Amino acid sequence: MSDKISKNKIDLISVGIYLLLVVLGWINIYSSAYDGSSFEFGSRYGKQMIMIGMTFVILLILLFVDVNIIFSSSYFAYGFVLLALIAVLFLGDKTGGSRSWFEIGSFKLQPAEFAKLATALALSRFLGKENFNFTSDLKSFVSVLGIVFFPAFLILLQGDLGSAMVFSSFIFVLYRQGLSFYWFPIILIGILVFVSFFFLNIVLIFIFLIVIGLVTYRYITGNIREAVIGAILLVIMILIGLAIIIFFRANIKVHIIIAVSVFIVSLIVVVKSFKEMILKSLIVPVLLLFYIGSLYSTGYIFENILKSHHRARINVLFGLEKDLTDIGYNVHQSKIAIGSGGLSGKGYLKGTQTKYDFVPEQDTDFIFCTVGEEWGFVGTAFVIIVFTVLLFRILFLAERQRSVYSRVFGYSLAGVLFFHYSVNIAMTIGLFPVIGIPLPFFSYGGSSLFAFSMFLFIFLRLDSQHNTLYT
Amino acid sequence: MKTKIFIVSSIFTISAIIFIVKLFFLQVIDTSYKLSAENNALRHITKYPVRGKIFDRNGKVLVSNKAYYDLKVVPRSLSEFDTAEFCKLINISKEDLIKKIRRKRHSYKPITIKKQIEDIEYAYIQEQLFKFPDFYIEKRTLRDYNELTAAQLLGYSAEVSGEDLKRDDYYKPGDFIGKSGIEKKYETHLRGKKGEKIFVVNVHGSIQGIYKNGKYDKEAVAGKDLISTIDVELQKYGELLMQNKIGSIVVIEPATGEILAMVSSPTYSPDLFVGKKLSENYRRVEKQKGKPLFDRALRSMYPPGSTFKLVNALIGLEEKVINNRTVFITDGYDAGTHVVGDHISGLVTFQKSIQFSSNAYYCHVFKRIISNKKFPDYASAYEEWKKYVQSFGLGISLNTDLNFEKKGILYSSTYFDRYYGKRHWNYNTIISLAIGQGELGFTPLQSANMISAIANRGYYITPHVIKKIVGDTIAKKFTEKHLTKVQAEYFEPVIDAAELVVSAGTGFSAYLPGLDICGKTGTAQNPHGIDHSIFVAFAPKKNPKIAISVYVENAGYGSSWAAPIAGLMIEKYLTNKITKTWQEKRIIEADFINKK
Repeated sequence: MSDKISKNKIDLISVGIYLLLVVLGWINIYSSAYDGSSFEFGSRYGKQMIMIGMTFVILLILLFVDVNIIFSSSYFAYGFVLLALIAVLFLGDKTGGSRSWFEIGSFKLQPAEFAKLATALALSRFLGKENFNFTSDLKSFVSVLGIVFFPAFLILLQGDLGSAMVFSSFIFVLYRQGLSFYWFPIILIGILVFVSFFFLNIVLIFIFLIVIGLVTYRYITGNIREAVIGAILLVIMILIGLAIIIFFRANIKVHIIIAVSVFIVSLIVVVKSFKEMILKSLIVPVLLLFYIGSLYSTGYIFENILKSHHRARINVLFGLEKDLTDIGYNVHQSKIAIGSGGLSGKGYLKGTQTKYDFVPEQDTDFIFCTVGEEWGFVGTAFVIIVFTVLLFRILFLAERQRSVYSRVFGYSLAGVLFFHYSVNIAMTIGLFPVIGIPLPFFSYGGSSLFAFSMFLFIFLRLDSQHNTLYT
Repeated sequence: MKTKIFIVSSIFTISAIIFIVKLFFLQVIDTSYKLSAENNALRHITKYPVRGKIFDRNGKVLVSNKAYYDLKVVPRSLSEFDTAEFCKLINISKEDLIKKIRRKRHSYKPITIKKQIEDIEYAYIQEQLFKFPDFYIEKRTLRDYNELTAAQLLGYSAEVSGEDLKRDDYYKPGDFIGKSGIEKKYETHLRGKKGEKIFVVNVHGSIQGIYKNGKYDKEAVAGKDLISTIDVELQKYGELLMQNKIGSIVVIEPATGEILAMVSSPTYSPDLFVGKKLSENYRRVEKQKGKPLFDRALRSMYPPGSTFKLVNALIGLEEKVINNRTVFITDGYDAGTHVVGDHISGLVTFQKSIQFSSNAYYCHVFKRIISNKKFPDYASAYEEWKKYVQSFGLGISLNTDLNFEKKGILYSSTYFDRYYGKRHWNYNTIISLAIGQGELGFTPLQSANMISAIANRGYYITPHVIKKIVGDTIAKKFTEKHLTKVQAEYFEPVIDAAELVVSAGTGFSAYLPGLDICGKTGTAQNPHGIDHSIFVAFAPKKNPKIAISVYVENAGYGSSWAAPIAGLMIEKYLTNKITKTWQEKRIIEADFINKK
């Protein structure tokens, strides 16, 4: 393939899929608001149409922007978004318990939607150096985690748990860029621990953690001796701590004892394995801290950070509460709407569940219900296939980039897109708690549509010059 | 790198497969969500049919309907409103209102805030209701009684019980169902067919439109009107005569089996069992002296006493153990262990035996029936006798269109075998059956039917209270003749004697010149107190128009109370005037319940 042919050539397959999704999205938004009256620009489908038009104009402009400007403004964009995220905490409009919107005229802007794009730009820029492995030194590793989790943290402060969780999708990028596969089970176990909090007794979980910690350590380093010593020390420290509590009848909480013990044990291990590569020696304490942290943070997050509606949603998902009228109501109604569609659906504009407000957030987070009800299994399967094709296309394009910067950006896009689409669909069909994130390109909402379109088209613009090397 | 790309691709692919499989189950395999969806978006508003009216035989309205209103709300759709003003408007305490709504606050199904609001209150509420747009009114109907009579016969209707709901899925909570009397027996005709209006509603329960332009709506079909056999004037007159007395009157038109009147006393006003006060009134009436809820005409079993001599006479004639010239010289009847006493003695002819109600005469007749040589033993003779009795509709279920009718007491021979030992009993052991005492118990309805069969000279038609269902036909059994085992020819001597009972015998107090009343007095022995006064009669002798049985409990001889009541009833029905006003006055004023 010569440079000339590929130069400035936008990937038309991706553009086609994108247009298909946007149009399908609008058609379904129209249906969910349709009440037999004539077309109105003031309605939600009218507003969305204007947003789509504006987005298209900006995308067209974007196609003529010099790629180097994008590359060089990566950090700037990131910084700008961080400022916006902080600003919104103080100046934002409070909607539904979270302070995450700027109100500009009749349109609302949600910085969190742009934070994913900005983070992707900054991450690409950071990892985009040739022959750079971020896992090779601690500073780089921590920097990478910082780039990803700082905006997530700010978003969490807004009270928007769903959008914050999206940042975990950057794991795809980190994996592609050298993070060991073994980190996946570790993270998975963390999630398992989080989940198990709701079922198991605290002592059992703790024993379970130590066992998993040892096994994982053995798996990664091949050396069980240090791990066992570490674990024994840990248990001894905890017992001493407990003895102190009992002896002095001190009013100290158990988890503080555990945290202090873990800290001391970590120090001992770090000192002991000083000669070895620092990152490797950190595995045991980091692992234990991570697990214990997730164990106690689960309780803490559950009781303090999560809002009552989040708690209830999680309880409903795990079957700890059965309430079809209150919290479980959303998911139940959503499943009724989708389930009632049958094989081929009730036909366009003929959905009763979505149309008459049985499904909450019917044109935003639950737009997939309209698809399910009116287009049936044929429609839902089609949408899933289209998304999957798009993801594969992005993956394919990312892999053909000569520049690491572009590839990282492509992976970021695929990860975020995948997280959004899969979690959104999973929550509408009751496979995931309702965390309130939109279906990309489909859901009503300017910020989301605009941010995702920019995300995709910046990547396509980068891809149009995939032989270029950015450093 | 290849593995990393492979793993990422796998994650994408597996997720897509999981979703598609899950959706396939949710949308294609599992059908339960489709049902849920229907109940979700469509609100089925029941259109209640008007219950069928009940008329008397002359077209007078007995039972009709009046409108009332239920105030309803869909709790989920409820937005803020001025509770203080609302409570004042509908006259309900705030606590009650909050309790009602809170319990169902998530419900999309309407709940009733106030039931059975009557016209005047409705008009008042309707004026103010615009201030509370979430509340709406649903029109229903309740029974309205134009004539406060025949309460037990008509029965009442009320909201369905849990058992009703289980038994018949036609009913939904809040529906009305006939609980007793005609209301119960003719429930399926009276109830009509519920209709339905289907609305499309949103999650807030507010109506968005009519589903498919009313394509699936169903109009309610009004219940069928019933023309009863009751003559309301006669019924009311019977209740008047029976006031302050315990007992009953059953009047039948012999030729048709139509029940002209059926009085069970004491009674109550049927409009007590309507609307909000129903259960309160029910409990009150239930406890009243004389148990008004107990329908004596159908359920109270009395020994027929001397009225039963008519039947034994007929059986004797048919069995040819006597004829109308048979004479017994009697001075009581020696039954071995005891002597059956008598009102008359000496030479007793067949005619006199009925006219003056000879006990001994019928003991002899009964002895001849049971010891008849054509039967191998007493037991088979008794069984034959029993079949005769049953052919008069006695001791069997008449299968009328009334609820809870009793079958009566008429034992088979095996009962006596068990009681006395096989072959250890004979006619003398059970001699009281000869004079209608002992192991016999018939209802006033059965007695009236018996005299009706005699009036017809050998047949009866199953008594019934509904003669016509508008737009339908009544059961065939209410037109069929049931023949007695006694031939028509044997009736004449018995009827001749029964005429003498009234014109110059024990039933003289029922006598009315020119009406040709034939009757028989009776006294049911009451082991618990004063005997019950019984009289059965029909008139006129030729082409009888009316057959009647009258029971007055604890009133003594049949001639003193039951006979004059029967006479007045017959005169009222046949001539529509009363000549013996002094007797009427005496009866109306008599009080056997409150004072003695």
